[in-house]
Amino acid sequence: MYEILKSERLVPNIHLLKIESEFIPKKARPGQFVILQADERGERIPLTLADWDEEGITVIFLTIGTSTRKLAALKEGDSLYTLVGPLGRPTEISSHREVLGIGGCYGIGAIYPALKAFQEAGSSVRTIIEARSANLFYWTDRLSRVSGEILYVTRDGSKGFTGHIDQFLKDYLKENHPDLVYVVGCTFLLYLVAEATRPFGIKTIVSLNPIMIDGTGMCGVCRVIVGGKTKFACVDGPEFDGHEVDWNVLFARKHSYFDEELRSLSFFECERYG
Amino acid sequence: MAKLDLNRRPMPKQDPKERIKNFNEVALGYTPELAIAEAKRCLECKRPLCVKGCPVEIDIPGFIKLVAAGRFLDAVRLIKKKNTLPAICGRVCPQEVQCEKTCILNKKGAPIAIGRLERFVADYEAEVGKVTIPKIEKKTGKKVAVVGSGPAGLTVASDLIQLGHDVTIFEALHKPGGVLVYGIPEFRLPKRIVDREVDYIKKLGVRVVLNFVVGMTMTVDEILKEYDAVFIGSGAGLPWFMSIPGETLNGVYSANEYLTRTNLMKAYLFPEYDTPIKIGRRVAVIGGGNVAMDAARTALRLGADEVIVIYRRSRAEMPARVEEVENAEEEGVKFQFLTNPVRYISDDHNQLVAVECLRMRLGEPDASGRRRPIPIEGSEFVIPIDVCVVAIGNSPNPLIPKTTPGLETGKWGNIIIDEATGKTKKERVWAGGDVVTGAATVILAMGAGRIAARSIDEFLRTGKW
Ligand SMILES: Cc1cc2nc3c(=O)[nH]c(=O)nc-3n(C[C@H](O)[C@H](O)[C@H](O)COP(=O)(O)OP(=O)(O)OC[C@H]3O[C@@H](n4cnc5c(N)ncnc54)[C@H](O)[C@@H]3O)c2cc1C
Ligand SMILES: Cc1cc2nc3c(=O)[nH]c(=O)nc-3n(C[C@H](O)[C@H](O)[C@H](O)COP(=O)(O)OP(=O)(O)OC[C@H]3O[C@@H](n4cnc5c(N)ncnc54)[C@H](O)[C@@H]3O)c2cc1C
Ligand code: SF4
Ligand code: SF4
Ligand code: FES
Repeated sequence: MYEILKSERLVPNIHLLKIESEFIPKKARPGQFVILQADERGERIPLTLADWDEEGITVIFLTIGTSTRKLAALKEGDSLYTLVGPLGRPTEISSHREVLGIGGCYGIGAIYPALKAFQEAGSSVRTIIEARSANLFYWTDRLSRVSGEILYVTRDGSKGFTGHIDQFLKDYLKENHPDLVYVVGCTFLLYLVAEATRPFGIKTIVSLNPIMIDGTGMCGVCRVIVGGKTKFACVDGPEFDGHEVDWNVLFARKHSYFDEELRSLSFFECERYG
Repeated sequence: MAKLDLNRRPMPKQDPKERIKNFNEVALGYTPELAIAEAKRCLECKRPLCVKGCPVEIDIPGFIKLVAAGRFLDAVRLIKKKNTLPAICGRVCPQEVQCEKTCILNKKGAPIAIGRLERFVADYEAEVGKVTIPKIEKKTGKKVAVVGSGPAGLTVASDLIQLGHDVTIFEALHKPGGVLVYGIPEFRLPKRIVDREVDYIKKLGVRVVLNFVVGMTMTVDEILKEYDAVFIGSGAGLPWFMSIPGETLNGVYSANEYLTRTNLMKAYLFPEYDTPIKIGRRVAVIGGGNVAMDAARTALRLGADEVIVIYRRSRAEMPARVEEVENAEEEGVKFQFLTNPVRYISDDHNQLVAVECLRMRLGEPDASGRRRPIPIEGSEFVIPIDVCVVAIGNSPNPLIPKTTPGLETGKWGNIIIDEATGKTKKERVWAGGDVVTGAATVILAMGAGRIAARSIDEFLRTGKW
């Protein structure tokens, strides 16, 4: 069960796994996620569904800590201990005049299903992808299939606009008027985009990534504040209106286990590499 | 008649000073000698009152007589006719308000230790490896889906498989057992005992599908296309918070999160296991039930210097089992009665540093019959803490009701059923356990499972809803 059908390093630090799944592909919708555990001792971690077909599902992740490194070390033919999903509410798909998709890090891949659905629903789609440097882009061929145009933002200027996404958006949104912005990626990117679109009053959907355990509303660790109310991101989200999110609380809660994560990682590396 | 023996045999326990350093089981169980001595005290009443206190009506004098005669395996087989999970119930049933409360000897303050005897024979059977697989009726070809692998689901599955139906359990988590694995701590209910019971029903032929969230992975309606009947035993897993300022601070946990990290994910073995938990130095636990006691005693074992249970009423109204409160006290847990938190206080990094509380006094009894706590104005005071566990209750998870048209739910999101049969308002769907009653007990969940199983069997045989 949950056999790894494909394991591939896409770019430095970003890894793709395709995993066998009987049930999830039948139900999966854009914007949903799965929870997985590499082995019995592993943490349960959530990853967004980047793609799926009859054989299984695809996830794309940044290798940062113990769990994602364990996952990246799996080879074709290995199996996961846990794979459960699809979880969370799907993206609300409808026809828009123009959707602006923005992806960074794992979001460059994870943004794909929703953009595809927006396009199929009759929206015109444009995509901005963002990275430190041009060599960190991937899946651009896929994204170009579901968007009229791809714009690039790199911090070092190696491709497209030089600088951060918010600097780019500041001018871009003066001339372009998408009626929906849809963002997937690290929390900082979500925050920068939401703040950049706020003055223009453009509805901005962000895919939040707080810490989770069960993903079914049982533990409450994923609570976020949206529009002044406490929500459980795993069942009420993970997508919310970015202008309503309390970013301070989200940033702080994501860092709850900073010390423990470092300890876990050094323990993992000692065990693995001696 | 022999003289009344009022010497209720105590059960050996780990020393409190030692046990707060480990997660091993606190109560060590009777030896055969102790069990026989305790069993001999039973008066073998003609009209046994004890049985009236047991929700599943175990033949208590019958099994105790067998224990007294040293026939432990016969005793456990007799129990299993009514209760498939004796090792678990013997440990966690609130006997003092059930079978042991109604035992005639309770009038003399020394009821027979029925739970301890039940536990003893169940453990004995497992130890000597003499677990027998009962005869399974001829296959009926009918298929039943059970949602959730807690005590309710396990009971339904075990009853129906023995009647010849095919049974599949769908469980959201990666381990079966429900609250028995993710909630109740190892030191009160070792997980190998739950594994043992689950293995047993697998041996009977029940299929257990883990990592399957009904409502998400498949809806009840989709399952009904492949199965003849569905039983929903999804429990009461949605944690309540108090809606006071600061609940999203780092360091504030729901009891579900705190216990799940520790029990299911084994955070007490971090970093050998990957899931972390905050080891508070000063930990507060809000609430006065079993869940609060479990959280407090877990905090001690994780290494807290001080653990304070904050409860808004007084000791007398605490819903926790007396035995567990005593265990907690022995271990050094402190209690702040008539106290209610009003807000959490943080440092500059969103980290919890204290809780502000109000003192309470007791007023008139409320609907639950317990005296209502009333805040004393101007009595605010601050308790410095770095971890707080909120254990004020749970309600049923709305995931299944929300995705199942035709189910009726009550005020707390609990599924409405016909009590005599376990039938919901939706045809071919039954429900029972905490998802119906709200957070209750293991034995009540099992009892509900038994009622539903009977009704499901009848439906499968007659086709009449
Ligand atoms: C709904 C959702 C979808 C996500 N989708 C993706 C995705 O498609 N690709 C991707 O790379 N990442 C995704 N994430 C984030 C991903 O889950 C974390 O990066 C991962 O858990 C890190 O684990 P680690 O052990 O490698 O790192 P750690 O060293 O444990 O932690 C690194 C960071 O990851 C976060 N994190 C730690 N534990 C968890 C946990 N149990 N749950 C969530 N976050 C945690 C922490 O905030 C921390 O800052 C998603 C998160 C959520 C909630
Ligand atoms: C910490 C704690 C201590 C307790 N101590 C005691 C005690 O000492 N004595 C006592 O008698 N009782 C105790 N209880 C109460 C007792 O455990 C419960 O009443 C009992 O477990 C309820 O059984 P259940 O089968 O209804 O549900 P649960 O045990 O809650 O099991 C429900 C199962 O369904 C699964 N599930 C939920 N939703 C879905 C879904 N959508 N799809 C698939 N699966 C799903 C859950 O993951 C879970 O495994 C305690 C409870 C807690 C939390
Ligand atoms: S099942 Fe519970 S109530 Fe019944 S006899 Fe056993 S311990 Fe007592
Ligand atoms: S009531 Fe007490 S003494 Fe009488 S049969 Fe039951 S356990 Fe024995
Ligand atoms: S992850 Fe546990 S409630 Fe959301």
